[in-house]
Amino acid sequence: MGGSLAGPIPTDQHDFALWEKRVDALMVICSGKGHFTVDGLRRVLEDMGPEAFETMSYYERWVASINQNLIEAGVYSTAELAARMSEVAARGATYGDAADG
Amino acid sequence: MVEWVRVRADMPPGHVRTPVYLRGKTGWVERHLGPFPNPEALAYGHDGTPTPLMRIRFTMSEIWGTDTAHPDDTVDAEIYAHWLENIEQPHAP
Repeated sequence: MGGSLAGPIPTDQHDFALWEKRVDALMVICSGKGHFTVDGLRRVLEDMGPEAFETMSYYERWVASINQNLIEAGVYSTAELAARMSEVAARGATYGDAADG
Repeated sequence: MVEWVRVRADMPPGHVRTPVYLRGKTGWVERHLGPFPNPEALAYGHDGTPTPLMRIRFTMSEIWGTDTAHPDDTVDAEIYAHWLENIEQPHAP
């Protein structure tokens, strides 16, 4: 990647987690609503630098980029995001688990 | 008449779609694709005024040198006009 040796490419298919599918859908919605384009997504991914590509998964990088683009577009503020994140965290670590498996 | 071009060798920071490995290289216009929104502006939330896009063809020897395995093979890349300089004829190999 980026001209560096990356070793063998894993070619086996894998399932996506629900949150990953939601991140993908979020990008479709954001561009559909005209908040930003795939170019903005790519710009922030590139600006993250090589370390992000070693420490974050594909959709972790996407959601970080989507978030920055939405803040830049004025869709919500950093303060609103902070309040909402605290609100979600207060639900507890098991909030997202299904009640009956 | 072949339209020879050289890709600008500029290395600005920021979002650019012109591949680094083609910057400074010489190729020819395979076809004109018409105007497309400029990704360099769209990436920063600007309107991305449509700008001419061209498909440029390069030989492998131009990109990687004459020692490359298949020097006469070619690669096409779609590059915006503002990254291209018209030249009279390709430089000597």
